[in-house]
Amino acid sequence: MSDLLFDPWASPFMVRALLALLMVSLVCAVVGSFVVVRGMAFIGEGLAHASFGGVAAAFALGGSIYLGAAVGAVLTALAIAFVSRRAGIKFDTAIGIMFVGAFALGILIMSRQQGYVVDLTSFVFGNVLGVDRSDLVLIASIGAVVLVLVAAFYKELLFTSYDPTMAAASGVPVAIVQYGLLGLLALTIVIAVKAVGIVLVVAMLVTPAATAQLLVQRLHLMMAVGAVVGALSSLIGLYLSYHADVASSAAVVLTATCFFLLAFLFSPRHGLLWPRRPLLGDASEAG
Amino acid sequence: MASQNGASLPAGGVAAPALDLRDVWAGYNSHVALEGVTFSIERGCLAGLVGPNGSGKSTLLKVILGMHRHWRGDVRIFGQPVARSRLLLGYMPQLELVDWSFPVTVADVVMMGRYGRLGPLRRPGRRDREIAQQCLEQVGLTDLARRQIGELSGGQQRRALIARTLAQEPSVLLLDEPFTGVDAAGEHDLLHLFNDLRAQGKTLLISTHDLSCVAGCFDHAVCLNRKVIAFGEPRTILTEEVLNATFERHLLLLNVEGKAFAIHE
Repeated sequence: MSDLLFDPWASPFMVRALLALLMVSLVCAVVGSFVVVRGMAFIGEGLAHASFGGVAAAFALGGSIYLGAAVGAVLTALAIAFVSRRAGIKFDTAIGIMFVGAFALGILIMSRQQGYVVDLTSFVFGNVLGVDRSDLVLIASIGAVVLVLVAAFYKELLFTSYDPTMAAASGVPVAIVQYGLLGLLALTIVIAVKAVGIVLVVAMLVTPAATAQLLVQRLHLMMAVGAVVGALSSLIGLYLSYHADVASSAAVVLTATCFFLLAFLFSPRHGLLWPRRPLLGDASEAG
Repeated sequence: MASQNGASLPAGGVAAPALDLRDVWAGYNSHVALEGVTFSIERGCLAGLVGPNGSGKSTLLKVILGMHRHWRGDVRIFGQPVARSRLLLGYMPQLELVDWSFPVTVADVVMMGRYGRLGPLRRPGRRDREIAQQCLEQVGLTDLARRQIGELSGGQQRRALIARTLAQEPSVLLLDEPFTGVDAAGEHDLLHLFNDLRAQGKTLLISTHDLSCVAGCFDHAVCLNRKVIAFGEPRTILTEEVLNATFERHLLLLNVEGKAFAIHE
């Protein structure tokens, strides 16, 4: 039994993978809570794919992959916001146009490169077992920047997410806060992509936060519970991956999906298995 | 002009009206929503903003708040331009715009009323919590403070949003359709609250469809249909002629025993 529990952590690469996943889980739960309550899952998906354009450009120019991914994601986020504001088209249409455009640019650049197939796969499907020390430092620093910014501007982020009209009336610069949140989302995606890859990154953002939303009633509690769900999924997923010899990022994501299904069935408030709780009566209004 | 109901003007002789609009034009792209709107409302006045859907009521409130830039004209709050008087204004948007499934409690929502005064980077302190608490008390929601906002009934949700407006500590309250979807008892409670606020010297401008309420309880009415059709004391200005011009096809007027009844289509 103890072998089952402790064997995996004899390998340094497993320990690094766990550290990376724990950090990514925390940042993803915090930013992902905004993604969930604001209905931004599609833009999360879009930015993850768009970062590929930046990665490909970085390959071609011999620059840092992370920097490329960050620039690709941030530029696409700004382009989406700008185009939808100025061209008067719907936000999700702007996302569709921009992210596929950036992804296609990535494919175009890659088609001219030789010998990067392995790196490419790890970027698309994630390669958390290949995380090295410098990756950990990078994830920790970008993650810390994102968390500090969310803490500093939590009030404004909460207000513009809940009621942008009222926030604007109270003098909160709503447009700047929204651009800022897109920027934070882009940074979060860059570090999450390293852990789970482009295809699975939205699950890390959305699934733990959505699970938490079924269990608690306030945004900051949602972030905390989401981080716990993400961390447990990472731990269990890595065990599964080690003992059953399956892809680690997929195991982590599927574990999170199982947590969501459990909450969906058994949540005290929203659980499928309990009778619906009626709304409060209007008794206090004497009507 | 506007009626004054005994609320004293502030010391120092600031005799400027609470709200003063002169020839305000505004719209969206090339669509004109407000044409030369002119009216003023004295301090301590409960005023109704009456008009059909699409008459520019919400746009007018947003112009006063400085959220929607007007094309020309002058908006003054106690004689000051909007940019310098934001903290004097409290606002409640239409209820349809609010996301009720959002993970916030009633107390969280009311606390948001403090954010405008706090400004960036400052967190709510003890005084903010005390004020939020008092505002909840004023609307009778103290017991429900820890509930998620979506668990409240329609009337309670409205009172929660009014508590948030009160937490802004405004001198002038701009409320967009607070009566929509509220039953008779709930409406009575709201009117009671508005009267209390007026007695405290607050000025209220309330957009509504409810003519009987404006005619019965308000000091002042602004009839709006892109232009100001009439403004003044409801009893004098709410005539058949004015209402027909304001509501056009949206309203049917009945005359029974010398009293005018307005029926919505």
